[in-house]
Amino acid sequence: MNFLEFMQQMVNGFSLGSMYALIAIGYTMVYGVLRLINFAHGDIMMVGAFLGYFGMAVLGLPFVAAVFLAVVGSSLLGMLTDKVAYKPLRDAPKISLLITAIGISFFLENIFNVLFGGTPRPFPVPEYMEHIINISGLIFSVASLMVPIVTLLLLTIILWVLYKTKYGMAIRALAFDVNTVNLMGIDANRIIMLVFGMGSGLAAVGGIFWAVNYPSVEPMMGVLIGLKAFAAAVVGGIGSVGGAVIGGFIIGFTEVVVVAFLPEYGGYKDAFAFVLLILVLLFKPTGILGINFDKSRF
Amino acid sequence: MINVKDLHVYYGLIEAVKGISFEVEEGQIVSLIGSNGAGKTSTLEALLNNVKKTGEINFSGFDTVNHKTHSLVQRGLSLVPEGRRVFINLSVEDNLRMGAFNNDENYERLKDVMYGLFPRIKEKRLQMAGTLSGGEQQMLAISRALMSEPKLLMLDEPSLGLAPKIVGEVFEIITRLKEEGITILLVEQNAFAALRISDYAYVLENGKIAMQGIAKDMIGDDEIRKKYLGG
Repeated sequence: MNFLEFMQQMVNGFSLGSMYALIAIGYTMVYGVLRLINFAHGDIMMVGAFLGYFGMAVLGLPFVAAVFLAVVGSSLLGMLTDKVAYKPLRDAPKISLLITAIGISFFLENIFNVLFGGTPRPFPVPEYMEHIINISGLIFSVASLMVPIVTLLLLTIILWVLYKTKYGMAIRALAFDVNTVNLMGIDANRIIMLVFGMGSGLAAVGGIFWAVNYPSVEPMMGVLIGLKAFAAAVVGGIGSVGGAVIGGFIIGFTEVVVVAFLPEYGGYKDAFAFVLLILVLLFKPTGILGINFDKSRF
Repeated sequence: MINVKDLHVYYGLIEAVKGISFEVEEGQIVSLIGSNGAGKTSTLEALLNNVKKTGEINFSGFDTVNHKTHSLVQRGLSLVPEGRRVFINLSVEDNLRMGAFNNDENYERLKDVMYGLFPRIKEKRLQMAGTLSGGEQQMLAISRALMSEPKLLMLDEPSLGLAPKIVGEVFEIITRLKEEGITILLVEQNAFAALRISDYAYVLENGKIAMQGIAKDMIGDDEIRKKYLGG
């Protein structure tokens, strides 16, 4: 392993980590406002990838327009699941909410299976994205460069919304005290809806990036990616957006490093995310940037 | 300003408020006093439609029955909740921003008014609200509630858990708010302090109004002194 190879793996890890981060943000934000692990989130990502696929392969849209379609469509779907499935359960025990989320997850997976079949469909990656750049021996595609850049851009926007706009402040306030948010004349349900919209839109971007890198889409693609992004959210500290990003990069780099440096364990690469999850739950259950919600809520 | 008729509040099978009627006139401080569990907080929750209730509530000319809490706040009711409930993970300034969520155009101006009213909060405006002392948090909670420019300000136990000197300060501020023309409904266990600054008062006992009258007269009343003011 020389320096060049090492750098090559770092580029790969950064790209993979970005995708986990984009998806993990949705888990962590929804957990923040509802104390719900939204197990349908990975499937929302799958829908986003499919919408991108339809936009390009069926409607013949350019890549950027297809991404836009996927983001808008997934955001609406995320908000719809909240309105139809989660909102009626606001006062119900949290376990009912969790079971409902699993139900939504199965529903989305199976409806896509019925409608579009389980065979992976090749994702029409635009040619310019497959273009290979060679910087003194360091090789990467335009796509693997674009993923982290777009992620950082989106992350900046999200943090700006959360810390500089009144809607973001309301999201953060909601994480600690729903009743008092209502006392400010704010409809907490609309803020929760906004969270679902934002998280689902980011997941759609993550899903499309995934489809670009492993160029296919299929109805079950959200299961494993979703679970690993969930692990990333927990490792980083669930409820914290910064934590979700850190967790995403940790999981991404771990996977790349395992494959590159311990090739004999390469077959277990998917397991390492969950080994990390278990370790974190054992030794620091609140994660790296974890917030202890129990102390301050209600 | 607000007119309440035959209000009942229920928590499951328990009836916490058993048919009370009262009113708050514009420009006045009206107190609901009584011991723990008398139904004071439940009454405030009912005014904001936050609990199961029956009865009639008329707030400056309209029936509140079909409105949700947030919409009543938008229409000019504002509550400083028991235990202050500042957003501990937000900065002091962001707490004020939340209070003015539906009052964007006046936010900057009102913020300066609050900083003028509470200089100690201004000093700490960039700190997380969780780092403030109890008294400072109470002042923040009051100014946050004022950021929506309410017609009626309701305060739930503003003296709770505060040092006597700070309690004095808080009550002084409430008096000053009245002078500014804000109508106030005050809920207090600290009956003596509440009566001293109130125009009118109702004594709640087990969910019913046991007594009512002009606050000054009540302080002078021997029976009330014995029963509620500790001698």
